[in-house]
Amino acid sequence: MIAEWIGKIGNFTLTLLIVTAYGLFMTAFIERIIAKVQGRIGIPYWQPVINILKNFFKRTAVSHGYMFYLGPVFRIAGGIGTLAFIPVIYGSETFSNFSMAGDLFLVIYFMFFGQLGMALGAGESGHPYSAIGIARGLSQMTAYEVPFALAVISIVIQYDTLSITEIVAAQQGGWENWTVFTNWVATLAAMLAFLGMTGYSPFDIFLAPQEIPIGPPTEFHSAYLSFMSLNRALFGATKLVLFMNLFFGGATGLLELMIKTWLIYMVAIVIGVSFPRFRVDQAIRFFFKIPTLIGIMSIVYAQMMLTS
Amino acid sequence: MLERLQREFGVTDINELKPGLTSLKVARDKTETLIRELRDREGYTHLNFMTVIDYIEDGIFTIVYMLHNYDNKDTLSIHVDIGRDGEDMVSIHHLWAQAWTYQRELREAYGIRFPGSPRLDEDFVLEGWDQIPPMRREFDTKKFSEERFGHREGRSSEEPREHMKVNLYPNRGGDEQ
Amino acid sequence: MIKSLSTEDTLENAGLTEEEQQLFCNARPKQYEPYPIKAVEDFANWARANSLWILAFGTGCGAIELRPLMTARFDANRFGVAGRPTPRQSSVFVIGGYASVKTLKRIIRSYEQMQGPKFVIALGICPVNGGMYFDSYNTINQFDMYLPVDLYITGCMPRPEVLVAGIVELQKKIKQGRCDGANRYIENFDWYKANQKKVIKNWDMPDYNW
Repeated sequence: MIAEWIGKIGNFTLTLLIVTAYGLFMTAFIERIIAKVQGRIGIPYWQPVINILKNFFKRTAVSHGYMFYLGPVFRIAGGIGTLAFIPVIYGSETFSNFSMAGDLFLVIYFMFFGQLGMALGAGESGHPYSAIGIARGLSQMTAYEVPFALAVISIVIQYDTLSITEIVAAQQGGWENWTVFTNWVATLAAMLAFLGMTGYSPFDIFLAPQEIPIGPPTEFHSAYLSFMSLNRALFGATKLVLFMNLFFGGATGLLELMIKTWLIYMVAIVIGVSFPRFRVDQAIRFFFKIPTLIGIMSIVYAQMMLTS
Repeated sequence: MLERLQREFGVTDINELKPGLTSLKVARDKTETLIRELRDREGYTHLNFMTVIDYIEDGIFTIVYMLHNYDNKDTLSIHVDIGRDGEDMVSIHHLWAQAWTYQRELREAYGIRFPGSPRLDEDFVLEGWDQIPPMRREFDTKKFSEERFGHREGRSSEEPREHMKVNLYPNRGGDEQ
Repeated sequence: MIKSLSTEDTLENAGLTEEEQQLFCNARPKQYEPYPIKAVEDFANWARANSLWILAFGTGCGAIELRPLMTARFDANRFGVAGRPTPRQSSVFVIGGYASVKTLKRIIRSYEQMQGPKFVIALGICPVNGGMYFDSYNTINQFDMYLPVDLYITGCMPRPEVLVAGIVELQKKIKQGRCDGANRYIENFDWYKANQKKVIKNWDMPDYNW
């Protein structure tokens, strides 16, 4: 029993490392693609790693209280926790992690958990820009969670299970079994929510990179920041894996995983480089209108599929 | 219009500097009524800027109001002379809100006071200034700068006329055309 | 005895009111040592050199030269340069040309909030000897009297190409471990503070901004 658990934890650590490295690589890769679109060369592939190392090697750090320490810790705990219950590769013992019967709900809660920890930590820093960033981030998150939750409910109705492994298992045996083809309404709602989740251009007001308020992490620096950027890579990759599992048939090998997640990410990137930014109130209105309606339709659609 | 102004406000020294730009001079006490009249009746609705010319030789400050009429694209430059030594000037902050800022700046840079102007005594650019107002011509900026900010050795002038005289044409006096 | 000890170890924060003194830390900043193992320090320096985050604080006319750095023509992203709007996360402070006294106050505050190791690039001739503002009543003449400078790029104004060359030069210096401006600042803390207070007459901020 104990040996089995040690093996599981070891496997999970391996998965964690691979997914983090993949997330970092993908960040740089996407940055390079954006740079190419803009006619630049762009950052080297190892730039995210260097940034994290540099922040880690900073010699000084100031604190603003206990919650300030705990903010990045909560954040990375949210990232690791989300990954811990998602089977990364279908049918592989090594990459199945701690998936179990009700893991889908646990994952959705964990996705929220990191953000809340972040909000508490950034609130402790006392910087007004942090507070603005949190207010924007949390309200946008509330907005995109609605279509995402509706889409998840729809596929739960469709497959009649709360286990991600079983959802993936139901999509095996050919591309026509994937959720994107069997329940395209739910996929559409979830992909619209995904745009808000990744924080690329139409919905990046809460991060506002490179601008006066950099968003919630205004006061985070040094090792705190390196933890947070590590989590950003990990969490980004984890979300991609979750979307791939739920809507695009999962993956049976590492190569398939990479191609599929990369393509899912490209959706956000292509939309991101093509569109300007929404203000936060516009973003919330957008999410509460079309994606939410599509989400409700997807539930109806799933019910109709069941009854027919 | 100018004749009427001359008659009613005692405007003097009317010069048409170029088409669409006329300068005129008015006494200090008539300034506010003149500007109000121009704004409300004659259509000079825009205050381009206001500034001060320091005539240290005559002992006066000339305050310049530049007004613009959008309808006929005409600009009026109104000159008002006041004494250099602590004489007040009429504030026009109630005519244009942006005149606050100009008046604050003039108070700081020249020491002219505009009684009634809001936030007049707040620092504008010079925080914690402890000398005489720096734009007055009796203020020696070079001396002040060297005392306050220090002077780094090694500055040399590359003034073209001097350079050419010394390096390029050493045999010529430099006065001949 | 106790009083003399406390004035040696803590800062007075005389510019603050009684209430504000409660809010700010009055400990003296400490110098930091390099890592004991040389290979670790070299590796850290390599990481620092390849990830220069510039504080997005335009302090003069030279700030306009920073914008094109990120465009397709110059693309400073290649060298790991990025802009950071918050001093907490940035490591390079580019002094864009002249610094007026009012700006100098903000520069000092931002510089002290940056986390070490931090580097200062003085852009243009004005931070060196005042440049064309050598006789101005409101512009400092020698920037290195107020903050330590790691690299000068002179000219009026230096073009972005020169700035890119300067960044590459700064990277070389960092990799050799010769950029210790932040330590020099703390070493000569009293001298720098005396100079700063000579110029900034309304000192209403803490003596060291943590």
